[in-house]
Amino acid sequence: MDAIILQILNGLDKGSAYALIALGLTLIFGTLGVVNFAHGALFMIGAFCAVTLSRILTLSHTIIDETQKDFLGNPLKVEVPYVHDLFGQATGDAIIDWAVPLSVLFAIPIMILVGVVMERGLIKHFYKRPHADQILVTFGLAIVLQEVIKYFYGANPIPTPAPAAFKGSLDFGAMLGFDPNLIIYPYWRIIYFGFAAVIIGGVFAFLQFTTFGMVVRAGMADRETVGLLGINIDKRFTIMFGIAAAVAGLAGVMYTPINSPNYHMGMDFLVLSFVVVVVGGMGSLPGAVLAGFLLGVLESFASMREVIDIIPGINQIIIYLVAIIILLTRPRGLMGRKGVMED
Amino acid sequence: MSKLDVSRRGLLRTGAVAGAGLALPTIFTAQSAHAFTNEPTGGTVTLGFNVPQTGPYADEGADELRAYELAVEHLNGGGDGGMMNTFSSKALQGNGILGKKVQYVTGDTQTKSDAARASAKSMIEKDGAIMITGGSSSGVAVAVQALCQEAGVIFMAGLTHSNDTTGKDKRANGFRHFFNSYMSGAALAPVLAGAYGTDRKAYHLTADYNWGYTTEEAVKSSTEAMGWDTVAAVKTPLTQTDFSSYIAPVLQSGADTLVLNHYGGNMVNSLTNAVQFGLRDKQVNGKDFQIVVPLYSRLMAKGAGANVKGIFGSTNWHWTLQDEGSKAFVRSFGTKYGFPPSQAAHTTYVQTLLYADAVERAGSFAPCAVAEALEDYEFDGLGNGKTLYRGADHQCFKDVLVVKGKENPTSEFDLLEIVEVTPVDQVTYAPDHPQFSGGALGTCNNGA
Repeated sequence: MDAIILQILNGLDKGSAYALIALGLTLIFGTLGVVNFAHGALFMIGAFCAVTLSRILTLSHTIIDETQKDFLGNPLKVEVPYVHDLFGQATGDAIIDWAVPLSVLFAIPIMILVGVVMERGLIKHFYKRPHADQILVTFGLAIVLQEVIKYFYGANPIPTPAPAAFKGSLDFGAMLGFDPNLIIYPYWRIIYFGFAAVIIGGVFAFLQFTTFGMVVRAGMADRETVGLLGINIDKRFTIMFGIAAAVAGLAGVMYTPINSPNYHMGMDFLVLSFVVVVVGGMGSLPGAVLAGFLLGVLESFASMREVIDIIPGINQIIIYLVAIIILLTRPRGLMGRKGVMED
Repeated sequence: MSKLDVSRRGLLRTGAVAGAGLALPTIFTAQSAHAFTNEPTGGTVTLGFNVPQTGPYADEGADELRAYELAVEHLNGGGDGGMMNTFSSKALQGNGILGKKVQYVTGDTQTKSDAARASAKSMIEKDGAIMITGGSSSGVAVAVQALCQEAGVIFMAGLTHSNDTTGKDKRANGFRHFFNSYMSGAALAPVLAGAYGTDRKAYHLTADYNWGYTTEEAVKSSTEAMGWDTVAAVKTPLTQTDFSSYIAPVLQSGADTLVLNHYGGNMVNSLTNAVQFGLRDKQVNGKDFQIVVPLYSRLMAKGAGANVKGIFGSTNWHWTLQDEGSKAFVRSFGTKYGFPPSQAAHTTYVQTLLYADAVERAGSFAPCAVAEALEDYEFDGLGNGKTLYRGADHQCFKDVLVVKGKENPTSEFDLLEIVEVTPVDQVTYAPDHPQFSGGALGTCNNGA
């Protein structure tokens, strides 16, 4: 029982990341009809917003410490962050420690701008082209973006830890009456799950309860009629692209303490997120969220030693296996609109 | 006026004779003008540096390339000479190799076997490289080594730690200076037993590919010989990024030690996840929970940040070593590039010097003569104490370092501290040891 609860927790946390990325991906497909293979790169750029802010906060000047030597025997150059000079050491350290949460604010305008520039500058020229062209151009863009990030930040992962206050893990087992240490879960992953729930709820509320959202939903259902009513739907869809980019970016920002960001992290998530979108139903927002959590939980269960012992290799194929079954039995996905992917 | 009578049979016969006649001189030229593949004929000799310039190990590849450039500079008489001054052999004079100026070409392995073979092939066939060296992966090393064997050039492996490189996949034209999985296990086990006791229950997470298997086998057998019990060994996909679902069940298994047979991005992520789960703050079986990383690299430790603190592992070389060879190399590299070299840089620099020295001692670039000069060659002054290039499997035998993540690093390079220098005798094994069984060295190939 404890093992099952533990893997459900794991799945929810994994599913949070899948759902957040897939949400933006399906939003873009639903509004603009574009299959955006550069969406994983937006997740990666978000993560590097956190790295960048962390570097800005640790910008330093050098002082020479004559009492210590460097590896060549010269007096040691000690880096002193400017925030120490500005706010004192204790406050400066606290600001640096909170770099990741602060990056959420830093990343929102950057990601919206990146999304809008990406849509206006490149992707809009491919709206009327076949999906194959869209996939090729966005996949190419993803490769360019990751190479740019690698050029500036290197190929190695860059540690970007959570604030010290959120280090360690919560003993769920003890809270539920199990033995201590049986069901432990890191605080930051719990925060990530909560954060994902807030963002997903926010996007749904925005689309459901605002006039802007209503117009976007109407445009998703019948773009032509909305256009005939004199509404500039293209402009709204561009803004939605920016919002989708911000959602993926924020997912990336908050993911940095879970795994040290590297230039390839977008590609690592991209394929899985596409599977999530297909399983959930192309263009279906609730479908993306449902499929994200469902596949996250299934993947976690498939990673259990007991399961691998019975079906070796299942941990590597479970998500794709589910995708094949869904495509064969219900091509439009769990919550997809009738007719989509069923031609 | 004569009539030209052309029959099909006649045309074929004439064509065959003419073709053979035209081909004959080429065949003889190929056989007679070059005694071996890419025999240098002018005033220069070309070496091929095949390193990951793109992909996940690009930073490690960049450091290898820096070391190669430094080695070439030293071989041609530039710089301060680095380890050439401390090398026990005095055959190298700083006038190139056999009086020929050393030049080089580079290739990008991308840490993919097919890409690495393609770039090595191109360097051999188009650029005339006489020797290929480099790499940051055992899969790449094994693939390129096999290619060099067929092509008739020497392969001086870069960073490759799998037992198989000089075990079942060894080749007569291939040589490895870097240590291997068996040596890591043999060096680590006594230190782990001393630090954590002989009554431990270990849980292995192992990268699902060749290097992972040999490392798991080596560490398991060495620690079990010390009295440890292996509770479970779980394979993790090489593409895995979030290891939470593999780490979460560790405490439920009753294990009190987690061994991460991961390298590169896998290791950075699995260690980060394990520390996040608070494993190191837990007590199991009345003992503090511990994590072990069998193969460390400084570049990797940097990626894992503070998570490496206090965690044991092994490494081939470290820049804080105080022997004269290491100090000379660190001074040379640090002065040129502004930071200390990694173990990947060290092994590639040493491999280049060893190749050049073997050519000088053999008096020939012929691969078989070079191989003979390297086989069972004993040397010193290159950073790991007395070292033997064993002829039976072309593996270097030298001291192995057991290291620990430093608690209070003074810089971004000062991440590991040496806990023990394990003497070479403790990590030496017989050529037919079960962990290295299968395969044969074969015979050296001069190519051409």
